[in-house]
Amino acid sequence: MTALLQRYGIGLTGAILLVTLFWVIVMVLGPQLLMIDYSFRPNLPLNQRGGPEDVYTLANYATLFGNSIHLNIFIKTIWASALVTAVTLLVCYPIAYFLAQVVTPQRASLFVLLLVIPFWINEILRTFAWWIILAYAGPLNQVLQFLGLIDQPVRFLAGNGGVIIGMVYAYILFMVFPLYNAIESLDRNQIEAARDLGAPAWRIHTRIVVPHAKPGIATGCIMTFMLAAGSYAVPALLGSPGSRWFTEVIYDWFFQGGNWNQGAAYAFILLVLCMAFILGMMKVFRVGLGDIAK
Amino acid sequence: MSAARFLSLLTRVYLGLFFAYLFLPLAVMGIATFNESRFPTITPWQGTTLKWFDALAADSQMWSALWTSLIVGAGVIAVAVPVGVAGALLLNALQARTRSVAYTVMVSPVLTPGVIIGISTLIFWRPYGVTGGLLLMVLAQSSFIAAYVMLLVLARLQRFDRTLEEAALDLGATHMQAFRRVTLPFLMPSILAGCLLAFLQSFENYNTTVFVRGFDTTLTVYVASKVRTGVTPAVNALGLLLIAVTVAGAVVYEILRRAEAARAAERRRQAEAAEPPLVAATAASVA
Repeated sequence: MTALLQRYGIGLTGAILLVTLFWVIVMVLGPQLLMIDYSFRPNLPLNQRGGPEDVYTLANYATLFGNSIHLNIFIKTIWASALVTAVTLLVCYPIAYFLAQVVTPQRASLFVLLLVIPFWINEILRTFAWWIILAYAGPLNQVLQFLGLIDQPVRFLAGNGGVIIGMVYAYILFMVFPLYNAIESLDRNQIEAARDLGAPAWRIHTRIVVPHAKPGIATGCIMTFMLAAGSYAVPALLGSPGSRWFTEVIYDWFFQGGNWNQGAAYAFILLVLCMAFILGMMKVFRVGLGDIAK
Repeated sequence: MSAARFLSLLTRVYLGLFFAYLFLPLAVMGIATFNESRFPTITPWQGTTLKWFDALAADSQMWSALWTSLIVGAGVIAVAVPVGVAGALLLNALQARTRSVAYTVMVSPVLTPGVIIGISTLIFWRPYGVTGGLLLMVLAQSSFIAAYVMLLVLARLQRFDRTLEEAALDLGATHMQAFRRVTLPFLMPSILAGCLLAFLQSFENYNTTVFVRGFDTTLTVYVASKVRTGVTPAVNALGLLLIAVTVAGAVVYEILRRAEAARAAERRRQAEAAEPPLVAATAASVA
């Protein structure tokens, strides 16, 4: 604190502290804590709040485990998000490796610019594009029928398939960039040396590239999983009533069921899931928060 | 064909497929704008038309949604950028332990699902009678966008030469003058980049906005609701225009960022060249 005073004087230090504290307390921590508080209270009419019935309870959490439909949706959200994460990692790794280690830096910088562009385009529009492609009479069904791969058009948008395809597309760039940044910092000489010593290609990857890229892999997986599990846009556009996502259940508690306390409990469960995933990845890959938020 | 040649061919094919996968969907959406069909598709092609742009221009709901988005975007810049700068200045002056705790708290909104941020903001303001609308959209979006701005400014602040600030203070400048004349100009590129980032993030946000919007509709919310309730290629026309604007914005942002990176590299080279190797080596060994 003295360092701050010395550098910026009393007036500026006061302003810096005030603004930052407002952010941290009123915009970040306060809302989160109140949401957790909400989740442990019953949903009461306004005049009974703070009354004798307003006691802490686990009832809102018990709802999830007593409702098999919601529980199934929750479990599906977990495995589908994990699947999205795994697929994006597999798709992106070769690209990231190629751009970071194989092509010349000038070419790589052009490719990176090409990657940046779709990254900036609205998630809703990127999802809408897939809505057109996957439609019953859409181009994908037409092409597949033309190639003779299917006889009847497939209803992609009726199940979980469309949602998963859309998510891989929507979040692929959150995987590519962390991977690329991590692999790029690897000295090419190390790969050369391994090759000269006779290591086969796969071993170069398992022994040198992947260990070096750990922080990037962890970051990419964390971002992708968090975005997928917390996505409302993609399932809302590409899903159907039969393929609901956990975020849609949460939304319905708030705006259809009108039970905010129940919704808060479900939201907190989602937050705990994401935090568990983040901590798990940080442990497995032995990386810190500083490596992730770069 | 040797194994190496085959592998190189394979990589090229994969690279081509990857970029096709990235851009074809956007192309399909853009091309569908010009199809006569009242349903957005490219199959079957019912004739080429520009009428969907006219339909878009006549859509008054779209214009009011655009206006809402612009107001929210401006609000987010006004809140998230000062907050992000203040956060970075504070973090930069903290010592090891406090710093890592503060860093964890201040970065956490980036790693929190957007829906949670929307929900918690909505709940937090309910006792004060503030319901969903413009104000909550600005606050909820700013809470995580400020973290992005903070990371941008912090990265630049770490390259700042503190002796410049000390020199200004020694030469009699007040703290305010030193900040305005020395620190702030140095941070300006990252602040401008932060403004652009904040606006684009705000403009495209859906997951957080949808919980705190109340009865207001931003352009992104409008597009999503159109897709769900009856879509015409006018939405494609809007998408095409948005893509054009975003691509222009992204290219400008990227050019600024690269110019900045090149200048930094140039400065480093000059600094190294100015220092005789022996002095540099001694300095390194002392450090």
